[in-house]
Amino acid sequence: MAKSNKPIIWGTFAAGGTLSAFVTPVLILLTLLVALGHTPEMLAYARLHAFAAHWFGKLSLFAVISLSLWGAAHRLRITCYDFGIRADTLVATIVYLVAAFGSVAAIVYLSRI
Amino acid sequence: MGEKMSRKPYVREVPKYSWFFRRPRYMRYMAREVTCIFIGAYTLLLLVGVMRLSQGQAEYEAFLAALRSPVSVVFHLLALGFSVYNTATWFNVTPKALPVQIGEEFLPGGVITGAHYLGWAVLSLAVLLMAGVF
Amino acid sequence: MSERVYQLEVLRYHPETDSEPHFQRYSVSCEEEWVVLDALNRIKETIDPTLSYRWSCHMAVCGSCGMMINGEPMLACKSFLRDYQGVIRVEPLAHFPIERDLVTVIDDFMDKFKRVKPYLIPKHEKPVSEGEYLQSPAQLKKFKQYTMCINCMLCYAACPEYGLIPKFLGPAAISMAHRYNQDSRDGGRDERQEEIATTEGVWECSFVGACSEVCPEHVDPASALQQVKIKSTVDWYKEHLMPWVKK
Repeated sequence: MAKSNKPIIWGTFAAGGTLSAFVTPVLILLTLLVALGHTPEMLAYARLHAFAAHWFGKLSLFAVISLSLWGAAHRLRITCYDFGIRADTLVATIVYLVAAFGSVAAIVYLSRI
Repeated sequence: MGEKMSRKPYVREVPKYSWFFRRPRYMRYMAREVTCIFIGAYTLLLLVGVMRLSQGQAEYEAFLAALRSPVSVVFHLLALGFSVYNTATWFNVTPKALPVQIGEEFLPGGVITGAHYLGWAVLSLAVLLMAGVF
Repeated sequence: MSERVYQLEVLRYHPETDSEPHFQRYSVSCEEEWVVLDALNRIKETIDPTLSYRWSCHMAVCGSCGMMINGEPMLACKSFLRDYQGVIRVEPLAHFPIERDLVTVIDDFMDKFKRVKPYLIPKHEKPVSEGEYLQSPAQLKKFKQYTMCINCMLCYAACPEYGLIPKFLGPAAISMAHRYNQDSRDGGRDERQEEIATTEGVWECSFVGACSEVCPEHVDPASALQQVKIKSTVDWYKEHLMPWVKK
């Protein structure tokens, strides 16, 4: 039996899961403040634009968006199977395409800032 | 012996759509797994935010304004709950995946998990400070 | 020592006459400090000699008496009657075909267990005259916990992924492979990876963690499987992205 190529995806799942465990809750808290009408200073256009214009800002935003997407996509694939949706190849294709598309989109948008 | 021995193994099928109702631990597992729906959706929201940011001030501010709705608040609260649950479940099992052996003994799992919680708290506070929330 | 009457509801299946299993209720007088296995023995001795089940040591070492007790995979010899209220429901281990009553067909596990080569494959064979293969206490500690497995298969009965995907190699087999891979005297990891780093190997595991929760010997198979995933992922990146790195 051949060895699996799953590590390529699982690597991004492990990295994305760890990263989003650390940062997703606080990011949600920030935009929750926006939703409640108390926009934090950092999220004002000029401040956030300056952050995203810096290479470190670009890199962090890309890492968070891309890895969280891959992590969520992989887990969603397993979850679909666990819920009884057995069209695994179709599910995998869709979720990984969304993650790949999202990662490329993040690069494109960040490069324009 | 009058009775003949015969083999006819009986297979009990696992119910495909409802197996996770069988035990509370399966429900906890599924709750952990569905956190990905909220984390994924929220990340897509972030991506939209970055897109709006790249389009200019007016577009970005329209995006912020669009976040101010009851639906958005409900989504954020749900996403916050699920993402905190994801964080807790992730850190709680980290010692299993990454045990640390110092000399002969293994570091107690609680120490590894505790260090992760501490790092999480420090990082979250740093982000909030940097964002000017306090 | 005092006796009282316990109610047991046991899943019966008689392949010669039954088309499917059914529950049978027994009222049986037992000492209060007895375990479920004692109650089954008392039923067999005094009420119903046709009841079939496996057991041997009565002390959580042989791993033969695994069964579902009130839906939970347990060793019958380690499940005290006093810990249960009302009718105690006893079924054969989940996810295995039923041979007869509480006896399951375990060929699938035995086959998988063999496939992972659960024995030392020395790095260098050496004659006895050259002495022992030495190992430090720290090197022993690295895998000791995984040697405690008694092959009772409770982890397979607890693992929903094994239930959904019967081809999955499963917790005990993979953690036993990990036990030898972690052994400083062993050099067989590459051979075992051919079985455990496959799709039907460790990659069907979604870290439910149920295996570790039910393990009567605290082997923690889930930890072994996660460590195997990490090591296999490092292997994959080395093999495909850094082919110049020697293994």
